[in-house]
Amino acid sequence: MEDVNIYIQAVAGISPQQTFDTTSFPDTVIQHTGNRLSCVEPEYDDLIDAKLIRRMSRIIKMGTAAAVKCLQRAAIEIPDGIIVGTAYGCLQDTEIFLQRMIDYNEELLTPTAFIQSTHNTVGAQIALLLQCHNYNNTFVHKGFSFESALLDAVMLLKEGEMKNVLVGATDEITNASHDILTRFGLYKNDIGSKDLYNSNSKGTIAGEGAFFFLLTNQPSERSLAKLGATEFFYQPENNETIEENIISFLAAQSLTINDIDIIITGRNGDKENDKIYNELEGSVFANKQIINYKHLCGEYPTASSFAFWMASVIIKDGSIPKALSSQDQLPSANVKTILVYNHYLMDHHSLFLVTAC
Amino acid sequence: MHKPVYVAGGGIISSIGNNITECIHALENSNSFIGEMQYLHSTHQKTLPVAEVKKTNAELAQIANLPCGTTRTALLSMIAAKEALLNSGVDNFNRLRTGFISANSVGGMDKTEDFFKTFSKDHQAGRLRDVVHHECGSATKIVADKLGIKHLVTTISTACSSSANAVFFGARLINNNILDIVIAGGTDSLTRFTLNGFNSLMILDNEPCKPFDENRKGLNLGEGAGYIVLLSEKAATTLNIQPVCTVSGYCNANDAYHQTASSSEGTGSYLSMKGALQKSGLRPSDISYINLHGTGTKNNDASEGAAVKQLFQPHYPRMSSTKSFTGHTLGASGAIEAVFSVLAVQHGFIYPNLRFTTQMKELPFAPETTFSRNQAVNHVLSNSFGFGGNCSSLIFSKL
Repeated sequence: MEDVNIYIQAVAGISPQQTFDTTSFPDTVIQHTGNRLSCVEPEYDDLIDAKLIRRMSRIIKMGTAAAVKCLQRAAIEIPDGIIVGTAYGCLQDTEIFLQRMIDYNEELLTPTAFIQSTHNTVGAQIALLLQCHNYNNTFVHKGFSFESALLDAVMLLKEGEMKNVLVGATDEITNASHDILTRFGLYKNDIGSKDLYNSNSKGTIAGEGAFFFLLTNQPSERSLAKLGATEFFYQPENNETIEENIISFLAAQSLTINDIDIIITGRNGDKENDKIYNELEGSVFANKQIINYKHLCGEYPTASSFAFWMASVIIKDGSIPKALSSQDQLPSANVKTILVYNHYLMDHHSLFLVTAC
Repeated sequence: MHKPVYVAGGGIISSIGNNITECIHALENSNSFIGEMQYLHSTHQKTLPVAEVKKTNAELAQIANLPCGTTRTALLSMIAAKEALLNSGVDNFNRLRTGFISANSVGGMDKTEDFFKTFSKDHQAGRLRDVVHHECGSATKIVADKLGIKHLVTTISTACSSSANAVFFGARLINNNILDIVIAGGTDSLTRFTLNGFNSLMILDNEPCKPFDENRKGLNLGEGAGYIVLLSEKAATTLNIQPVCTVSGYCNANDAYHQTASSSEGTGSYLSMKGALQKSGLRPSDISYINLHGTGTKNNDASEGAAVKQLFQPHYPRMSSTKSFTGHTLGASGAIEAVFSVLAVQHGFIYPNLRFTTQMKELPFAPETTFSRNQAVNHVLSNSFGFGGNCSSLIFSKL
């Protein structure tokens, strides 16, 4: 079981960047203003029947489109499993139903919004569209929603009964959710994505997205990269614990930090949040090439799926995209091994190792 | 095949009892407590019978030893999880890799729906503490933190099959040598959101439900929580625990027919039951008892019945729906019924299907109508089928 390799055969995603129509990192980066990054959405009619789109809420459209696109790129019609991670679920329909309950005093309600509010709706809609009777699961655990889905997918592939699994994550922002999270003090008031990491102040910027990956235990020429390993850990005691976890994560793959070409980290511009990244850049990550991503997609519980996508396409193309390299740095070529380290709001930490096939 | 996944014990809280002893007592005496709403406030108080846990939030908070304002979903979860740990005899679990895999469908909606009334008029109004635990994952985090479990904690939400999937996932984490001990199950509290949601689908019975009866009219919503403690062989030996049964089979399939209705052939149900049997290496005739999903809706019972017929004919095992007792506890149902299944193997229980009078015309079998104990119950199949076509089946076996 231990010798099973996990290949990333295809990826697709909708985000606040132009990530959907390209199989590489987009040529230009969109600089967002304000603290709420909204997705650049595709033409859904190209992928999904217009009659179906009409009834879908935004998050279902985004999730379904990303899933369909991913399967097209993988040249797979029906995956052996479908697993989704989402922390907030289907917020828009939840709010609609809550509002109707109030407006109509619980009488004569129509079921559509309720039906589409359940957390497993994205996964279920994809299965329905594909007529896929296979394994179907949804994880809803905060900053580990995507990581749990990934763990389930990797386990399924290692168990050997399945050849491929469609795994992804979706989370959306609504006016209500943004207002509530703002009241919790999560976001900066006055800054967009441009100077996010130099702000030295409290707060980050909100993001959303829908990303899907077709993972397989079958090698193929189409594969973008390999998922070498994945791990997540909760409330590490201190920074030393985090450093130890990173080192032992790599050691378990017979690697050290010297073997890593690029590190993708989850800095989000919040002073407290980013302390650990400062610390690591002075210790374990010293002198390594580091890329951040939350200025591109914003902060949200399943943002690590954006990082996983980014690692996959960078490995596929073998070098840091022009759009991401800083002005005084040449794009580094021969990128074969990427480590992704992220944490969500201090408690939920995760690591991905993505390598060339 | 792989090494067995052992069950060391369970815990439960539902409308028929606040712990296992009370629930068994109710099951044995055919006492269901489906009736008028006492705790939830709703326009439908007088018209829709429900199966509530007979405790206020303040009372639950005291038993759970959690703050009074905690979401009811987490309170129920805490009580059942604690009982499961107690009954399993697992106390010092931090020596081994321990996980908490919980499931729910409503999360903190019991608080959110109150918050929303104020918030919707003015987004700067409403108390933030009522919405801080809205997410499904929060209820899990509250309980895991209180129990001191950190190694691997996550939440599953697949509507009515949620906690069956949690048990399934827990078993696989042990099989894949990722964990040694898993407390797996789920919870859901009654909310206006789900009550009105189901009512808008017109699948609620305005009287106590009659699962698998020809004249059934719908389901009754319930609430509660259930957990079982799963152990690897190594954990059972290291902790010197005598397990009560094994999880010998499981399967997850999707009906892919409609967002809420099941296909008339019960495709998803058939596949999940068949898959669970295949996984366990058992034949249909080896199953001693089926704990049916049996919600009491026209659609589910016809669909599940068709699938049971196709898979088991001509030898039908004994079967019943305990939702005739507990109501449909949504995210908790898979786990509550897993606990009932474990007890069935442990004590040879066969549960009755309450209020059954007329066999369904299209089915050549009928559920049990009396309770018995000390029966030869070697293998129990437990079904959980949910919205979104999510179908899961579990098999529990004697050691």
